[in-house]
Amino acid sequence: MGYHCIVCVKQVPDTARVTGETMKADGTVNRAALPAIFNPEDLHALEAALEVRDQYGGTITAITMGPLGATKVLRECLFRGADRAIIINDRRAAASDTLATSYILSRAVQKIGDFDFVFCGRQAIDGDTAQVGPQLAEKLGLPQVTYYERMVDLNERTARMRRNVGNGWEVLEAKLPVLVTVLDTANEPRPAGARKMMQFKKALTAQELEREVAADMKDATDEQRTEELARRIETLRMNRLLIDQWDLDDVDGDLQWCGLAGSPTKVHRVQSIVLTKDGFKAIEPTEAGVRGMIHELIVDHTLG
Amino acid sequence: MANFFEDNDDLQFLFDHLDLHEIAAIQEDDFTMTDGPGSEYAPVDADDAVDNYRRVLMIAGDVAANGIAGRAEQVDQDGNHLNDDGTVTLGEGVRQNLKSLAQADLMGFTLPRSYGGLNCPTTVFTMACEMVARADASLVNLFGLQGIGETIYAFGDDTLKKEYLPKFCHGEVTGAMALTEPDAGSDLQAVGLKAWQDDDGQWRLTGVKRFITNGCGDVILTLARSEPDIKDGRGLSLFLVDQGPRLKVRHLEEKLGIHGSPTCELVYDDVPGKLVGERQLGLIRYVMSLMNGARLGIAAQALGIAESAYRVARKYANSRKQFGQSIEQLPAVAEMLVDMKVSMEVARALTYECARICDLDNNNQRVLETNPPTDKAELKKRKGDARSYKRLNGMLTPMCKYYSSEMCVKVSNDAVQVLGGSGYMTDYPVERHLRDARITNIYEGTSQLQIVAAVRGVCGGSFEKRVDEFEAHEYFDKGLHELKTKLVEGKGRILEAIGFIKQHGTNYMDLHGRRLVDAALVVYVGHLLLRQAVKSEHKAAIVRRFIETGFETLTCNLAQIMSGDTSAMSEFELLAGPVPAA
Repeated sequence: MGYHCIVCVKQVPDTARVTGETMKADGTVNRAALPAIFNPEDLHALEAALEVRDQYGGTITAITMGPLGATKVLRECLFRGADRAIIINDRRAAASDTLATSYILSRAVQKIGDFDFVFCGRQAIDGDTAQVGPQLAEKLGLPQVTYYERMVDLNERTARMRRNVGNGWEVLEAKLPVLVTVLDTANEPRPAGARKMMQFKKALTAQELEREVAADMKDATDEQRTEELARRIETLRMNRLLIDQWDLDDVDGDLQWCGLAGSPTKVHRVQSIVLTKDGFKAIEPTEAGVRGMIHELIVDHTLG
Repeated sequence: MANFFEDNDDLQFLFDHLDLHEIAAIQEDDFTMTDGPGSEYAPVDADDAVDNYRRVLMIAGDVAANGIAGRAEQVDQDGNHLNDDGTVTLGEGVRQNLKSLAQADLMGFTLPRSYGGLNCPTTVFTMACEMVARADASLVNLFGLQGIGETIYAFGDDTLKKEYLPKFCHGEVTGAMALTEPDAGSDLQAVGLKAWQDDDGQWRLTGVKRFITNGCGDVILTLARSEPDIKDGRGLSLFLVDQGPRLKVRHLEEKLGIHGSPTCELVYDDVPGKLVGERQLGLIRYVMSLMNGARLGIAAQALGIAESAYRVARKYANSRKQFGQSIEQLPAVAEMLVDMKVSMEVARALTYECARICDLDNNNQRVLETNPPTDKAELKKRKGDARSYKRLNGMLTPMCKYYSSEMCVKVSNDAVQVLGGSGYMTDYPVERHLRDARITNIYEGTSQLQIVAAVRGVCGGSFEKRVDEFEAHEYFDKGLHELKTKLVEGKGRILEAIGFIKQHGTNYMDLHGRRLVDAALVVYVGHLLLRQAVKSEHKAAIVRRFIETGFETLTCNLAQIMSGDTSAMSEFELLAGPVPAA
């Protein structure tokens, strides 16, 4: 018995650490200046799933879509108790907007199959759209409970949940399976468990292993490397340390709905704000000081 | 996200400087664990193990910064609650803290993996204690009481280990050590709580214990008199007592600080107990070992409180403007901040040196007991090592507990001073730090008792032997070399003072103990900091300041010792005046 929860997680640039270095002169994001982190509300989504499993039993599958480096957040899920981790990694998925992303995720969720809950964070801190969760529910034909705060009651195939409605809350009842988007006020995400960390820090995808083998066996022949790779993959699989890696073919994705082709969102204009001055300017708290400041702001068109 | 390991340059510097690879190898029996329960998370080599240590500290730093610290003020206000039925309900924040630590798998920090522990060295555990204390000083008492699990592991039989250790490791139980009684505090030989066997041979405990930290916990190791005819420490044994209806909390103490830590008066009403280890070894062997670990834990607690108070003071002095400038630019404030920082780094150098020696000591003993080398020469070497580590540990543990706790009281006091009127108000956390700090130089043995223990190490050869080893190290940097020369001179003068003290008997030794220990500290830690200074400009400045100012104190202390003054004892009545009438 128990419930199978799928948790969608995302690796995002830490927008809380935005500085003058964040945007390059050409208007694109300077990823090197922003550390990649676990999207904060996705940690709350994972915690919501873990609470369901703690109380009712079951399993948790964490999925993410992104570059190979995003397996870091999947390992973080394993450290906290996820049973299985899957990354959807495909160049053809690059530049996907929320519509394309939710389409690809819906294909992956269907491939995983046999689930009771899909938990998503309310929104990611890089785009702040809060669209992927609801769109994913629509594509999967699932009822959705957004702004989830807590489980009130879970009885066989019916879940009663409290959601935040801004100036209060309401309790909704939904038949399973259901998709839930979770707020950061829902719970206190648990820390990584040290025992699981020691074990699952070694969890890798096949492609990561391939890079590892290439680095370890520089002088070997291709054949030797292929053999070694197969051996290492098998060892990881036996130790439950292999992170599944799927591409769009694996999830049977229709390419016209993926990546740039599947993304109707167009960026109309990007304003590049390059901070050329650093530090601050002290203004004397006098009539003259304030007048001088206002004059300066009018001249550079910040005001008026 | 904030992290108390990542944001602490000094802790990270020490983590690298101490180089835990050697300790990892001995702690992990050369990485031979390949099967059995727990092997799935065993490290394969020293790099893997040290990487685990760093990651564990990152987890502890995360829990401390993002969970525990935010609740500290509320925990301080709420305290814990004594119920009518003699049970205790922990405050909500305390319960959440314990839950987070258990979820992070940090409650079996040093216990073997076969029971679900992390098998980390004491050094790493001590760093975690420091970070937990920085977040909430009171919590480190409960966190540090995993020492109960260590004691069961070290001295209990297999049945006890199998029954209790997994529960500790999974955070299902917390422990307590019940030693103190109304008439047996510093003098534990006077413990009187009765242990007797009923007709079925079941041990039962009857009496009262006082000031028991977490006495409301689940597993209470209790020191009791099993041999009514033997009046001293040899009549005491150690018993494991499960919380139950015959064990009641009669009173929960109201304290100056560490409000989150429940301090209980316990009434034992013929409570059933299980003997730990052998009879009569309770105090002289088991409790002494447990206490040593606990003292190191208090040194770490003191460091954490000081770190937290210092950060508030440093920030405040930078942003607070008076007389048209930041107050950190006022000479008196600047010097206070510098002294706070230097003394903190001194305490850290000493505490983690002590922790490292503890690890070498514990592991050497473990190897000798469980898997002694067959080669005779190697066996002899190990035995010799074990003896000197044990002796050195016997000096360093009280020394670092003494220094760190006194440093903590001074630093948190100075932090209040830097903040001035604001520091005295509850708007800032430094008044809490000062209240929390004040217990650190009292419990687990007062500073005065630590000195009694440490001074015997200083006079007994451990100090000289270790400093000789330090002196063999050459420094190519001229500045460092000159500082070392100073330390060599300092040692010479200390040895002279030791000779003088020895001629004047034990009372004289105890009268001037603090002065001698303080002088020895300058030389010992001076050498430790010199080693660090090779790698860091900041440390080079720290060691310069420490040795320059410390040397003046050393000179002054040694002069007082060499004066032969005994007035505090010989003219006590005259100087202290009469006992005030009621």
